[in-house]
Amino acid sequence: MSDKSNPSNLPACDSGSGSDQLRVIGTSRRRIDARGKVTGQTIFADDIFLPRMVHCKLLRSPHPHARIRKIDASRALSLPGVYLVLTGKDFPIEYGILPVSQDETALCVDHVRHVGDPVAAVVAREELTASEALDLIDVDYEILQTISDPEEGLATPEPRIHDYGEEGNIHKRVSFEFGDADKGFAEADEVFEDLFFFQGNTHLAIEQHAAVATKDRDGKLTLWTSTQTPHYLHRALSKVLEMPTGHIRVIATPCGGGFGGKSDPFNHEIVVSKAALLLGRPVKICLTREEVFYCHRGRHPILMKFKTGVKKDGTITAMQLQSLIDGGGYGSYGVASTFYAGALQTTTYHIPKYRYQGCRVFTNKPPCGPKRGHGTPQPRFGQEVQIDKIAEKLKIDPAELRLRIAVKPNELTANFLQLGTVGLDQCIRRVVEISGWKEKFRKLPEGRGVGLACSCYLTGAGLSIYWNSMPHSGIQLKLDRGGGVTLFTGTTEIGQGSDDVLAAIVAEVLGIGTNDIRVYSGDTDLGPVDLGSYSSRVTLMAGNAAIQAAERAKAMLVEGVAEKFQVPKERIRLADNCAFDSAAPEKRVTFQEAVCLGESRFGTIGTVGSYTPPKFLAAQYKGGGVGTSPTYTYSAAVVEVEVDPATGWLRIAKIWNTHDLGRALNPVIARGQVEGSIYMGLGEALMEEQEFRRLPEKFSRALVHKFPSILEYKSPTSLDMPEVVTEFIEGPDARGPFGAKECGQGPLLPIIPAVANAVYDAVGVRIDEVPITPEKILKALSDKKAGRAPRFGPTHFPEVHWPEALRVPPPWEGGDGRATNEAPRRPKPRVEKEPVLKP
Amino acid sequence: MTQSKLPAESEKTAHIRITLNREVVDVSFAPYKTLLEVLREDLGHTGTKHGCELGECGACAVILDGKPVLSCLVLAVECDGREVETVEGLGTDGDLHPLQDAFADLGGAQCGYCTPAFLLTAKSLLDQNPSPSRDEIREALSGNLCRCTGYLQIFEAVEAAMIEIAKRNKSAT
Repeated sequence: MSDKSNPSNLPACDSGSGSDQLRVIGTSRRRIDARGKVTGQTIFADDIFLPRMVHCKLLRSPHPHARIRKIDASRALSLPGVYLVLTGKDFPIEYGILPVSQDETALCVDHVRHVGDPVAAVVAREELTASEALDLIDVDYEILQTISDPEEGLATPEPRIHDYGEEGNIHKRVSFEFGDADKGFAEADEVFEDLFFFQGNTHLAIEQHAAVATKDRDGKLTLWTSTQTPHYLHRALSKVLEMPTGHIRVIATPCGGGFGGKSDPFNHEIVVSKAALLLGRPVKICLTREEVFYCHRGRHPILMKFKTGVKKDGTITAMQLQSLIDGGGYGSYGVASTFYAGALQTTTYHIPKYRYQGCRVFTNKPPCGPKRGHGTPQPRFGQEVQIDKIAEKLKIDPAELRLRIAVKPNELTANFLQLGTVGLDQCIRRVVEISGWKEKFRKLPEGRGVGLACSCYLTGAGLSIYWNSMPHSGIQLKLDRGGGVTLFTGTTEIGQGSDDVLAAIVAEVLGIGTNDIRVYSGDTDLGPVDLGSYSSRVTLMAGNAAIQAAERAKAMLVEGVAEKFQVPKERIRLADNCAFDSAAPEKRVTFQEAVCLGESRFGTIGTVGSYTPPKFLAAQYKGGGVGTSPTYTYSAAVVEVEVDPATGWLRIAKIWNTHDLGRALNPVIARGQVEGSIYMGLGEALMEEQEFRRLPEKFSRALVHKFPSILEYKSPTSLDMPEVVTEFIEGPDARGPFGAKECGQGPLLPIIPAVANAVYDAVGVRIDEVPITPEKILKALSDKKAGRAPRFGPTHFPEVHWPEALRVPPPWEGGDGRATNEAPRRPKPRVEKEPVLKP
Repeated sequence: MTQSKLPAESEKTAHIRITLNREVVDVSFAPYKTLLEVLREDLGHTGTKHGCELGECGACAVILDGKPVLSCLVLAVECDGREVETVEGLGTDGDLHPLQDAFADLGGAQCGYCTPAFLLTAKSLLDQNPSPSRDEIREALSGNLCRCTGYLQIFEAVEAAMIEIAKRNKSAT
């Protein structure tokens, strides 16, 4: 798996200070950025106040779908205190996070696609003035028909929300066959068909998006912004502003919560950048909470049809998944989401034949994008609930069934995903043990129940968002004769602890404390490129790069000290802020002296490290890259619930979960990530809904967000969080730094289906829809009482014209990862140009 | 585009004198501003955050005359002559408050954005009730939303601080 010709791919697990035990890694420590956060000294984007700074506000479309006939900003421009008004005319160049869907402009040029789509920007001296000026901009709209959901989008090819995509309002369709699923169904003893619906929800980070742009003294652009992906933003700014990337500095300020909601380049970031360049003074914008709901880029609503064939003993013979995905008004990460919505179904249980078909449709709502789990929680919900139904029908305990069919370490899945370490078996066994599953499942009194579910998630996307063969993470280290160690990196600290993880890794290798290291992250001028905080990639990728950089620095120090001590360099150890001879430990110098010796020997010490994922030779078919990862984590959860049959009210009594994370680099942070994931999964399971409604006829019938406020968009409070027992299953994976895999997204996934499964155990009704609310439970209970199917959920999957499937034989059918029916990818034909020199 | 006329807001200012973190300060500001805005924009105290500015998320919590309030719903002009405590005033003589130490050590802060508000609300709780139960802690913090932690490490931090404060009080007597 590691490409030996490329040193950046060396397994990093074993890299340590040379001592037998780890001193920093694995210890519960105060994270390096904690002090700033508890003193209020940490500077978030909206905390930045610069001399002569002015304020920007965006005018947003009140219509879900319209053409812009005319914009007249003259009244706004004459309001005292207004400096500038920009419109779509000022931003003709399109951008978008994915190369294949560059469908956004910083301000709408002539087409608005959802309520909240920005059409103009005002820059004024006071924030209030800018807001007042918005009301003075006259926009003449031509209202177009609204498309409110995918089914309507399929039935309404015109008007087109975008003039690209497959056809009509279909953005993207994918269709894969890994083996003959129909043959698998024919071989099955039982075939299960189930429909599930997962409603959209949003990130709701407490920090609203904010950005400050300035034209520096050297005439170049600096943008501070709350983002998870400064590198991708950097590229988008260069494209839209038509400036060299090297003349733009993007500084990702400490992010007050991302969860995927701050991973796109945003309208407001580009607008303030341009305004600052035009005005020659700093321009700030901070979105209101309502605007954040319109930015969205949250969880896609997905309607799913699962068909699974099993033998009597639970062995799966085939699985088929069809997904209808609500994309909202723009592409965002949606094409990737469409692939993700089917890619990971094969990573937990052995599926010999798998068919996946996905269809993303544009609708006139805020665009959907990546939210924690990115496209995988929805199908994971369907899969885990269906397995529960299968277990019941086959009369097998759901935990036992999963153990029987669990994947094995280093397996290659039907869709050619290369698994690494697999702790699923231990996760299931341990969660069964600590929850008392066997004493409770189907044994608790009416109204009380337990549900179990498992999941898998990737540790870093194997592919970059844009194709290139350069590292995904880079680290630069500076060591100076004062003993100071500075780490420069493009990673972004979004609360997940990436700054601390990197400091801990370097501290471990160099034998110092994390308090002796400064980390400068997320600044495109200071640190090498890191692709961003998404897909749980930073610990593994930047961590491995950090080990490489630190090892290179250590080598110089070791050689300097060895020369001074006149002993072989293999005997020199770095630990406890010292360098010493392992054969005679009293012979030692301080770390600072070691750096001086190294600097004397080699000159100025500055090292780099980088990480590029192994090339995944297996997944060669088109789209096969999505879902690939250096390695995967596994989770299992048991949720115990109480349901009041009279009201449908659902209370979570307790949650047990186990997470196979390889190694917890800082157990305090790891626990926080796991519990935070569980909390967020609970929010989605119980109450979070990005819902829309139509205004009454007498207003405009516009499709509007039902409740774009934190009060009405429900999220769990301190009163809603139950007792949670978390256990790490630690089995180091050599692909990760010191064996670590991810822990920031995986634990979210099993929570939602576990809640649904627990409700069934408690009161015998299936809620095949998320969120699982008291109203739905009550409806299902009354159906049950009346002798109807004791279920609440979708009953219908619309007709979708699926394209011809890409047929990729799975590994066990002799497949080599290529499609048998894919046209070989030819380079684009060269266009013969006029010769420069005429004969 | 030169503006010869000031925007209307700049023509009126209000003035208040408050005790901010045990120090008397005077401040002038546009009269429509909330306490939150004045703290952040006119007094340079950006430790207090906003998440919604509608009183729904709790991120703006400060202590006003000994009680936790949502500063986004308090008009600054209402605060003349009153005492305000913000996160910048926690801790004494260069040392962190036990709550700050506990949050820092026990995972009470991840992204850190909601943290100042949690600290002040928790301080207010402990000032009134030196040994709250877990349920009392939950109740007191139920107006503060956090999207990162899942709250459990926050509860544990408050409980650890509670014990530390009691220990210090005991050794002081």
